[in-house]
Amino acid sequence: MTAPRKGRVTKISGNMVTVRFDSPVMQNEVAYILHGAERLKSEIIRVRNNLAEMQVYEATSCLKIGEEVEFTGELLSVELGPGMLGQIFDGLQNPLPEVARQCGFFLKRGVYIKALSDTEVWDFTPLVKTGDTVRAGDKIGFVQEKIFRHYCMVPFSLRGSFEVVSVENDGRFTIRQAVAQIKDPNGRMYPVFLSQHWPVKIPIRSYAEKLKPDKPLVTRMRLIDSLFPVARGGTYCIPGPFGAGKTVLQQLTSRHAEVDVVVIAACGERAGEVVETIKTFPTLTDPRTNHPLSDRTVIICNTSSMPVAARESSVYTAVTIAEYYRQMGLHVLLLADSTSRWAQAMREMSGRLEEIPGEEAFPAYLESRIASFYERAGVVRLHDGSTGSVTIGGAVSPAGGNFEEPVTQATLKVVGAFHGLSRSRSDARRYPAIDPLISWSKYKSFIDEKQKERGHGILRKGFDIVQMMKVVGEEGTSLSDYVDYLKAEFFDFVYLQQNAFDTVDEATPKERQIYVFDFIYRILESEFIFENKDAALHFFQLLRQLFKGWNSSPWQSEEFEKTEKEIRVHLLERLKKG
Amino acid sequence: MQKLYTNIIQIVGDVITVEAENVGNTEMAQVITRRGTSLAQVIRLDGKKVFLQVFAGSRGISTGDKVKFLGHPMRVATGASLLGRIFNGSGLPLDNGPALYDNLVKIGGPPVNPVKRIIPNKMIRTGIPMIDVFNSLVESQKLPVFSIAGEPYNELLASIATQAEVDIIILGGMGLKYDDYLFFRDTLEEHGALSHSIVFMHTAADPVVECLLVPDISLAVAENYALEGKRVLVLLTDMSNFCDALKEIAITMQQIPSNRGYPGDLYSQLAARYEKAVDFDTAGSITILAATTMPGDDVTHPIPDNTGYITEGQFYLKNGVIEPFGSLSRLKQQVNAKTRDDHRTIMDTMIQLFADYRETQEKQAMGFQMSSWDMKLLKYGKLFEDNMMSLRVNVPLEKALDRGWDILHDCFSPEETGIKKSMTDKYWPDNNENKTYSG
Ligand SMILES: Nc1ncnc2c1ncn2[C@@H]1O[C@H](COP(=O)(O)OP(=O)(O)OP(=O)(O)O)[C@@H](O)[C@H]1O
Ligand SMILES: [Mg+2]
Repeated sequence: MTAPRKGRVTKISGNMVTVRFDSPVMQNEVAYILHGAERLKSEIIRVRNNLAEMQVYEATSCLKIGEEVEFTGELLSVELGPGMLGQIFDGLQNPLPEVARQCGFFLKRGVYIKALSDTEVWDFTPLVKTGDTVRAGDKIGFVQEKIFRHYCMVPFSLRGSFEVVSVENDGRFTIRQAVAQIKDPNGRMYPVFLSQHWPVKIPIRSYAEKLKPDKPLVTRMRLIDSLFPVARGGTYCIPGPFGAGKTVLQQLTSRHAEVDVVVIAACGERAGEVVETIKTFPTLTDPRTNHPLSDRTVIICNTSSMPVAARESSVYTAVTIAEYYRQMGLHVLLLADSTSRWAQAMREMSGRLEEIPGEEAFPAYLESRIASFYERAGVVRLHDGSTGSVTIGGAVSPAGGNFEEPVTQATLKVVGAFHGLSRSRSDARRYPAIDPLISWSKYKSFIDEKQKERGHGILRKGFDIVQMMKVVGEEGTSLSDYVDYLKAEFFDFVYLQQNAFDTVDEATPKERQIYVFDFIYRILESEFIFENKDAALHFFQLLRQLFKGWNSSPWQSEEFEKTEKEIRVHLLERLKKG
Repeated sequence: MQKLYTNIIQIVGDVITVEAENVGNTEMAQVITRRGTSLAQVIRLDGKKVFLQVFAGSRGISTGDKVKFLGHPMRVATGASLLGRIFNGSGLPLDNGPALYDNLVKIGGPPVNPVKRIIPNKMIRTGIPMIDVFNSLVESQKLPVFSIAGEPYNELLASIATQAEVDIIILGGMGLKYDDYLFFRDTLEEHGALSHSIVFMHTAADPVVECLLVPDISLAVAENYALEGKRVLVLLTDMSNFCDALKEIAITMQQIPSNRGYPGDLYSQLAARYEKAVDFDTAGSITILAATTMPGDDVTHPIPDNTGYITEGQFYLKNGVIEPFGSLSRLKQQVNAKTRDDHRTIMDTMIQLFADYRETQEKQAMGFQMSSWDMKLLKYGKLFEDNMMSLRVNVPLEKALDRGWDILHDCFSPEETGIKKSMTDKYWPDNNENKTYSG
């Protein structure tokens, strides 16, 4: 074995350290700064002459000039294998519960713990036999991880085709025991384990082809699914000012979205919010599987007071884990809160590197980084014909709540759907505060196109009438305009708004959305007879009340049908005949 | 024997550069000048060049002055001996008591492991209906008071501090006026709270760099108490001065500003402090209330904006009252379901009606006709402002809820409130005799 390549610290500025080296180094290589007994993980982000500039994934206090640095020759990587579901990792994939067991209340710098257990045993079942031909990503066998068959795959890093030389029979294995041996055409042997390593900044590409995202990802949020849908394998963003409801929206989505696996990247936001997820998910049952929600969830948690460089890598760690489960033919949803904090981490580092700044001091490569991150979403057809997908939804926290800022703008260029939260809607407690007048989606909704257009139309009309009423007052508005305004308000209150605290209303399945939307469409199309505005107002207030009751009664329950009848009776009273 | 360095090669702003060896990043040093000794902290190392931020400022430092490195980062004494004492931003006594060196801990320590936190669940009662009823304060919450200069934000902080059932109060003053400091001291003393309070004070006349240390030093002491199981309330006033101090240092260090001159890491800097608020699994807690004055009453200014993205809501103090709109306690739902069964009903109903009142006011101002419903709302709004919103009102939560029912009863019929019948049956007052307010 060759001696590790070494360097020495020459400069320390915040979490950036410059190192002098005399043997070759690699861009984005991981290195450790040796400070007494501590080893501080870092990544080379720029090389100039014989100086390497590194971002340190830890606080740099007490580090000294001249301290030794050890280069590893590895890119920043994660370990992918069974045991990740239900786990809580930091941005570098350290399992936080284990860190707490070893270090107590506080995080301790320089403590790195293996992401996956060395000793846990898994029941392995082989899927190939000796003599089979395989390539990167092919399934060698599987173990049962929570509710899924967790496939053990030929390492994604291998190129070309391989022959299976041996494979274990059914049996119990740890991730450190090889379950198969494969060889390349030159006879070189490679072991296959239950887990493998992968560098986080490189997409996993072991699939046959990338497909167009055309199937809806049902979030069970009516406003999203019906009007601004998300597709499986698509991308979307949620920009909004502070307190507008980005996190609550993502929390609801992480609970109700119809996907197999949810990866939550808590990137530079509040620790308290992650605690809520950590503590409640094990106690919540996923109605689709009857297992705790935590069984389908992986949490990557690099909150705002944790080291900034690790925040930058946390979104990559998250998307790599998402891609890994996609390789098993699963549908994965990655929720990142907030991508602005990730962008700010890049900005901090760029500032330390004294790069020429772009707008608001963000680096010039901000746009391309954002684009290539979202590019890792997609539906793919795997070599065995099955499909898997990664869908990415990112919260954006624009400075001053103003969407004309670099991160929001760069994100809008690449995503397929935009759910813009507005301060006025959240102030009015109209949750979810997605503003239907500014949001858009390029994906197809399961709601009939014509009906959906009618919905958008009445909202726009309602908005115009409100603007007009501000000038001329209610007195100056015609009865028919006033009724359109009431229809728009009605549609908003009973369909777009959803009560997150009502156990039924918080999530609406697809069938129910289609049914209710059709019902409302007919109301929007109907002509009613009112003698005056008061009568109209009263009519719609009552209708709204009835609908609220309908929304909180379980789908197709007796109560549901009873309320529907009441609504129909109420409608008939004012419906224009003919 | 520690070595003395005398080759100061650069003085820019409050940052001096000295050539030295074997110095640790963020290590403390003493700068010895003719006029006295000041603490300084290493903020950058480049070969032999050591950049030091001088706490007392660089005024009067000569290139021939001496620098002595102390071999450790900034530390502060902790424990019972601090109670009742007053210190400056560097931790030196401002009262006549002795300097303390007990149980020294590093300031700006590592973050808490999220898995060692618990979901906050204890309400802090303040006696202020706009808080207790409408935006309950919760133990371990981090909450700023947004206001413009001149609003009684310090009075509000002091009033909360003296009513809250906490074990320790720590006041971190940044750019505080001496009068304001005296006000805090007298108020705490009046309520017998001084003996379990600690003050770290930086006044407007003190060097900027010391202002930067106040949150860290206050929170390091708080953390130590919390680990011993104590419930600690930290008051930070005014965090806008802290942000401006950050800006000043960043510009001195020639960092590229991101927004209106503020450094790009303002968010991370603020978060590192606010995230110290915690409810420890099996130990105590830290609650942080901070005053944040908004330049130009502009909530999109980088200071309130970055703060709002970090904290768990905000109290918006305007025209001497806590505005119901714009104020938000994001943790209220953790506690207000288990106070009294009408708490959420009163909260939602009164705010909705108050929003309607504001609309009616607007209509009135535009000269539109007032209906009988509008007249009811106008009456309601006035009663609400006088008997709920005013900061002079100080009643326990239960009494405030009763008062809410009385106000509703005085203005509306039960149906008009939109409250469900089972609730009005239980709480609707039947006569006016024991009115809980003098409206
Ligand atoms: N769907 C909802 N139903 C009810 N209340 C909501 C909803 N969404 C948001 N809220 C309220 O708004 C508060 C703030 O929401 P949230 O934390 O999601 O904001 P945010 O946009 O993530 O803000 P930040 O950018 O500061 O993180 C919540 O604590 C809650 O009180
Ligand atoms: Mg949020």
